[in-house]
Amino acid sequence: MTRTGSYSGHARIGIMEALPWIAAIAVFFLLPDYLSLGARIMIYILFTLSLDLILGYAGIITLGHSVFLGIGAYAAGILSVKLNINDPFLQLIAGSLMSAVFGLASGAVILRTKNLTLLMLTLAITAIVYEIGNKASWLTGGADGLPGVQVNPFFGRFEFDLWGRTGYIYCVIVLFVVWFVVRRLIYSPFGAMLTGIRENTPRMHALGAPVYQRLLIVYTISAGIAGIAGVLMTQVTQSVGLNVLTFEVAGDVLVMLILGGVGRIYGAFVGPVVYMIAQDLLAKQFPEYWSFGVGVLLIFVVFFARGGILGLVDKIAARGRTP
Amino acid sequence: MSAPALETRDLCKQFGALTVASNINFRLEAGARHALIGPNGAGKTTFVNMLTGALPATSGKILFGGEDISQMAQAARTKRGLGRTFQITSLFRDLPVLDNVALGIAEREGVSLKMWKPASSYKTIRDESMAHLETMGLAAEALLRVKDLPYGKQRLVEIAIALGLKPKVLLLDEPAAGVPSIESGRILDVLADLPKDIAILIIEHDMDIVFRFAQRITVLVQGAVLVEGAPEEIANDQRVRDVYLGEGGHD
Repeated sequence: MTRTGSYSGHARIGIMEALPWIAAIAVFFLLPDYLSLGARIMIYILFTLSLDLILGYAGIITLGHSVFLGIGAYAAGILSVKLNINDPFLQLIAGSLMSAVFGLASGAVILRTKNLTLLMLTLAITAIVYEIGNKASWLTGGADGLPGVQVNPFFGRFEFDLWGRTGYIYCVIVLFVVWFVVRRLIYSPFGAMLTGIRENTPRMHALGAPVYQRLLIVYTISAGIAGIAGVLMTQVTQSVGLNVLTFEVAGDVLVMLILGGVGRIYGAFVGPVVYMIAQDLLAKQFPEYWSFGVGVLLIFVVFFARGGILGLVDKIAARGRTP
Repeated sequence: MSAPALETRDLCKQFGALTVASNINFRLEAGARHALIGPNGAGKTTFVNMLTGALPATSGKILFGGEDISQMAQAARTKRGLGRTFQITSLFRDLPVLDNVALGIAEREGVSLKMWKPASSYKTIRDESMAHLETMGLAAEALLRVKDLPYGKQRLVEIAIALGLKPKVLLLDEPAAGVPSIESGRILDVLADLPKDIAILIIEHDMDIVFRFAQRITVLVQGAVLVEGAPEEIANDQRVRDVYLGEGGHD
């Protein structure tokens, strides 16, 4: 099965690829009490997808991806609270652009490095932006964040409701659109080229590819998508706080991606679903120890399922075919 | 007289106090079949890396078709038509053979930034990749992953990728290194059939290949050109015999 842009494969959408969307619709009708968790999961899928694009496909390792979620989230919050711009789509576009611009600017500096240096720089940038978010309280509300974010009803009709129905549908639709675009991207010559960089960077240089420029492009796109996730988070929770800028969030999203399977578009779907449902269940059962359970899960995955949950599924399927 | 395909003037490379290339003056004529030989550690691969831009030269000039490319990035040199193969196979091991070739052609054709249509819909790229694989006798293996090929065939994939870039100058860094002699015959055939308009510089240890393939030979010893000449001159040169051809014992 081809999971990446390839000149030898095909790019048709398989039947299995309808599963996430069927599940998303089923949840809406069957689990009406879980729509706010559902919306959060959609947001994290979006966020994880953006990480997958740079880590899974282009091989850029980062521990600072939360910075782009945070910039998108704060952009939406500031637009609403400080500037009284409450149009949901305007917030979405502005937040995504802000984040993409920051991705371009920071990427231009850090993508000249690689490996551990790159990792440290992503950490450093996240730390700096966190501190700016903390200190620039005239703009960001500092440690209190920005409560009371308002979002106009969609198309003047659909308001965010108490049960989170509108929010859920909104998140599913945005995710669907982004998924479609990312899928095109991954199967395109651009996606194939990114895979080439991940697999063998020196070889790509020798093929005449300006690797740095290519990485910068994908980094910017990824930042823009992470920004969208940030905007959704602010809109759905109607507030934004410093927590979106923490290392913890950057670590969480990395764990989710590894859990689901790095370098596969649906790894970014499976990871957040499993992680957040596990977190939700464990937090109810053992409010003080839930992260212990998540840790055990992660250890299991990295030891026994190197390709994540989807890698494990593949292995089992392959064993079924060749007894 | 037209400019040579590739020329170096007083090319030097130092790693700290260690000199691995000293004042190399070298000319590769258009359409040439030129071999670069020398004992281990003579600086042959370093020289090739400087030519392609993988390694910056300490001083000196590199001219490509008369144009100074000394300061140019590797990718820009490739775009101008300077292709290479690697001594140690450097392929996309987990990708299909076809894609290994197609990625290079996509770069050459400038489609690598296309983000919407599926890569598989670029039929011309697929067809051209396939044509190169057929030339190499690899058509049947096009959809296998490179790492599932025997080593000799991986070396052929290296050459197919380089040809896909439509180079004017091709640098072959030990194309038959590590290949068992049963398979190296195939590589020799491929080398003999390479398009005549490509100027080729081959680095090779196997003297059979060198003397069958090359019309000119440059001998590199300790980072400096010892002698350059036609194969028979080199074979009869006493200095070459002393340092290289095994009269004094081969390492």
